[in-house]
Amino acid sequence: MKSWNGVSAVLAVLYLSFVLTPAPAAAGPAQDQILKHYQDLAGADVTFSADRGKEFFMAKHTGGKPKSPSCTSCHTKSPLKSGRTHANKKIAPMALSKTKDRYSELKKVKKWFRRNCRSVLGRECSPQEKGDFLVYMMGQ
Amino acid sequence: MKRTLILTALIAFVGAAVTVDESQARRIKNKLVKSECGECHMAFQPSFLPAESWRIIMDDLENHFGDDASVDEKDAVAITNYLVKHAGRKRRRKKGQPPLRITKLRWFVREHNHEVSRRAKRRAGTMSNCTACHRGADKGYYDDD
Repeated sequence: MKSWNGVSAVLAVLYLSFVLTPAPAAAGPAQDQILKHYQDLAGADVTFSADRGKEFFMAKHTGGKPKSPSCTSCHTKSPLKSGRTHANKKIAPMALSKTKDRYSELKKVKKWFRRNCRSVLGRECSPQEKGDFLVYMMGQ
Repeated sequence: MKRTLILTALIAFVGAAVTVDESQARRIKNKLVKSECGECHMAFQPSFLPAESWRIIMDDLENHFGDDASVDEKDAVAITNYLVKHAGRKRRRKKGQPPLRITKLRWFVREHNHEVSRRAKRRAGTMSNCTACHRGADKGYYDDD
């Protein structure tokens, strides 16, 4: 009986650590830091959602530059595939599982959110939109 | 590896033998310029445009040929300084704005006009995709066509 309690305790801890892990399994400490940055900006009551991130990524937006109405205009509809810039240069896949060093440098993440949100939506993205996007890509 | 060595040797040789002409351009040695200007397209060697052109381009990175290519203030200053310092000479031209597109420069058009096949153009996607045909273009070597 005692040993069973031990096992269930271990299982419970495992289960909890799985459920409470903020970023999906593929993300490392660098990605956790980035996510934390946007969580702090969004506020503790906001929960990032990969589904919302996917919807945002696939959606056709208005207000941005004519050449880029969607993230998918350059990144393609699959985060697992490489994309192309307007100058026809290859873009490494957005999925963290495919491009391991993605979302590991805050300066770079900020720069590309600024540029691409302006290009696609004509405005800065909200911390929640950014968090949703990151959670989606880190799980891909 | 061997190929790279030969190519490097060739570049060095051509670089030493030829003075200024369009077949070769001085290689970019600044890390920031190389990485920041080389993310969406090949980092074009600053000698392809005069200083005033680089200033105009760097002043409006939010609208960079249809894309937002903004960088933070500190980086923008450093990049502009390098581009201006290594810029090409001012070319004689008709009145108006300084040139902003290398691909529209008279010598560029002349050099590429009858030489580039439709197939090559399709493969490159855009005339600014130098490395599609000039494989050493990012190192400043263009005399391989």
